[in-house]
Amino acid sequence: MSSSSIYQLAYYTMKMNLYNAMAVRIQRRWRGYKIRKYCFNYYYLKEYLKAVSETNDAVRDFRIMNSCTLFRCREALEEFAEMKDREEKKADLEREEKKRDYQARKTHYLLSTKQIPGIYNSPFRKDPDPWELRLQKAKPLTHRRPKVKQTHSVSLSDWLACTSARSFPRSEILPPIDRKPCQGPFRPVAEVLEQRYRPLEPTLRVADPLDGLKEARREVQRQEWARNVNDNMFLPFSSYHKNKKYIPTLHLSSKYGSDSYGRQHFRDENPKRWICDKDFQTVLPSFDLFSKYGKLYSKAGQIV
Amino acid sequence: MSQRQVLQVFEQYQKARTQFVQTVAELATRPQNIETLQNAGVMSLLRPLLLDVVPTIQQTAVLALGRLANYNDDLAEAVVKGGILPQLVYSLVEQNRFYKKAAAFVLRAVGKHSPQLAQAIVDCGALDTLVVCLEDFDPGVREAAAWAFSYIARHNAELSQAVVDAGAVPLLVLCIQEPEIALKGIAASALSDIAKHSPELAQTVVDVGAIAHLAQMILNPDAKLKRQVLSALSQIAKHSVNMAEMVVEAEIFPVVLTCLKDKDDYVKKNASTLIREIAKHTPELSQLIVNAGGVAAVIDCIASCKGNIRLPGIMMLGYVAAHSENLAMAVIISKGVPMLSVCLSEEPEDHIKAAATWALGQIGRHTPEHARAVVVTNTLPVLLSLYMSTESSEDLQIKSKKALKNILQQCTYLPALEPLLYDAPPNILKHVVGQFSKVLPHDCKARRLFVTSGGLKKIQEIKAEPGSLLQEYINSINSCYPEEIVRYYSPGYSDTLLQRVDSYQPLTH
Repeated sequence: MSSSSIYQLAYYTMKMNLYNAMAVRIQRRWRGYKIRKYCFNYYYLKEYLKAVSETNDAVRDFRIMNSCTLFRCREALEEFAEMKDREEKKADLEREEKKRDYQARKTHYLLSTKQIPGIYNSPFRKDPDPWELRLQKAKPLTHRRPKVKQTHSVSLSDWLACTSARSFPRSEILPPIDRKPCQGPFRPVAEVLEQRYRPLEPTLRVADPLDGLKEARREVQRQEWARNVNDNMFLPFSSYHKNKKYIPTLHLSSKYGSDSYGRQHFRDENPKRWICDKDFQTVLPSFDLFSKYGKLYSKAGQIV
Repeated sequence: MSQRQVLQVFEQYQKARTQFVQTVAELATRPQNIETLQNAGVMSLLRPLLLDVVPTIQQTAVLALGRLANYNDDLAEAVVKGGILPQLVYSLVEQNRFYKKAAAFVLRAVGKHSPQLAQAIVDCGALDTLVVCLEDFDPGVREAAAWAFSYIARHNAELSQAVVDAGAVPLLVLCIQEPEIALKGIAASALSDIAKHSPELAQTVVDVGAIAHLAQMILNPDAKLKRQVLSALSQIAKHSVNMAEMVVEAEIFPVVLTCLKDKDDYVKKNASTLIREIAKHTPELSQLIVNAGGVAAVIDCIASCKGNIRLPGIMMLGYVAAHSENLAMAVIISKGVPMLSVCLSEEPEDHIKAAATWALGQIGRHTPEHARAVVVTNTLPVLLSLYMSTESSEDLQIKSKKALKNILQQCTYLPALEPLLYDAPPNILKHVVGQFSKVLPHDCKARRLFVTSGGLKKIQEIKAEPGSLLQEYINSINSCYPEEIVRYYSPGYSDTLLQRVDSYQPLTH
């Protein structure tokens, strides 16, 4: 009995020890796997570091780095610079062309005539100089017409433009000298023109501007304002103390008529602050004595 | 006298006043004249001209006052003491924009010198009028008002709180959205000065939605604007994790990395400051920056500039490496360690060296791999010399000692440790010898190398107190070698041998 239980106990202990040892082996393998796969995965770390270094290279590469803003800006700048260059070249060419044209117009007299070849058309040359062709194409320069100065006066005759001296139709080419007068019952030209372009002679009333008085006043005011040192109104010394703004009384600053408070109602009411709708209730009955005031004894004490 | 002659007197006086005030304003632009002007009593002469009836004289007088007050704080104090500020504030409301600009200039010039003067400005009620100026339609007036706010809020948190209480922050955010570049820049710098003092103030700036607008302006090509915007974002991000996350959510990466390549030095500095402020809070934020390639960009930025501009970048590397060993490894593979060693040797300033040593310590303290990566660039002798040198500041000495200790405790790369055996003071030596004692028992090639390079000899020469840790390490090293070798290298062995020779009696047959 006791010996068998000792054996059984020893047997079971041995079995448990075996199981525990096997469990330890299993746990060891499992723990190693778990940590290497989930807690600290060496290969994952290596991959991550490689990815980080690749990102770093991408960041360090100047071209890729600037692609989001500066590269585009640089492209745009280059295009703009090219465009500016092209425009400048065009402008230069045009200027050159204009200068040469002007030169040709000025030296138009050097063009060769039928009899005498000009300096650019030497008979010993096969072809005339290109300057010759340019001279042929150019129009000879004429004298500069003196500029007519405009008067800036604001006068009545401006709106009657046909009557002003300059409205006479003038063309650049003068009429031929020996023009025969037209046949027929026509008046002499000078008379007609005189009548047609007679200047206006308005009366004094018409010639005055409508707002002349106002204009004159404004003009005077402008001159005074420019001359003034101090813009404040100069008050006479007697009203020196009257520098306060007028503050109207309460009576005058409120609406027309007397106030109803003190005349029609004697109690200031504010319906918004009422707690309930009902009025004060009289707990005690009213005093009869006051209703008989002045009526009790005789008419002599009547209230007026 | 006729009326014309009387009026002529007034005209002459007006002309004289105009000329005086214009000349004073012009003279005040040059600093060398200001002393003379001050001694001539210009303040007391300009003061009545502020109340002049002619508007141009008023404006020029205010401008002259502003230039004078701008120059030094004595004159600014004179402006305050002369009771000019209430008059200015009063007339700010009703005058035209030139006057408003000039008056805001005076307020800014007075407020920039010290907190007391700025407090005087706040006390005379200028903030409300300046807020009204911030709503003006003329951008010059708004710029002057925003500049005044920025200088007032710069000094301390109470003044910033006063500026916020006046309701300036939403208007400043509106100013940021204006098309004028100068106005944008000044408004951004004002927000930066407000947000920098405390998390609550930064929260008020964030609540108005400033971050989105500031983040949009990072792409602007103007360098000054970028400086201010980056500085504002970094002042917001530095206070807490939440704010840093909000700044990151505004999608500043990877655009901020382009700013690190900007030509302007201060843009680079502010950009690296911003990245540093974000990286220092949590490992996740640092991870985000590493994944975006920020570490490489910062290292390139450090390489391309000198002096104080490098400092935020160096600190950023230290912060990133401090969080975890993976991040430190990321810094190492981005070639951060050679850069830091270059900074350490090149830079003359102690605080930059201290930052570089701290960063190296943070990188090397995690595992032997990290420590090996740090010591192969021959940094340990440099660190030791910095620690031992009498010229280094205290901060530098403390940081280099800490870095040395941190790296040595993980270092198993013996060729780098050997030079330290010879120069190190005892407190560092014990760590060095300790590392040797850990590695040598297991590595026979290292043992041979140790003997042939003379390390064993040096070990024997070390005098350690018996029972101390150093003695234990020495004993453990000695126990790795056969006794004859140890005795051979012990000091005084040649003497003992000679003694034996002396005392030897040859055997006579």
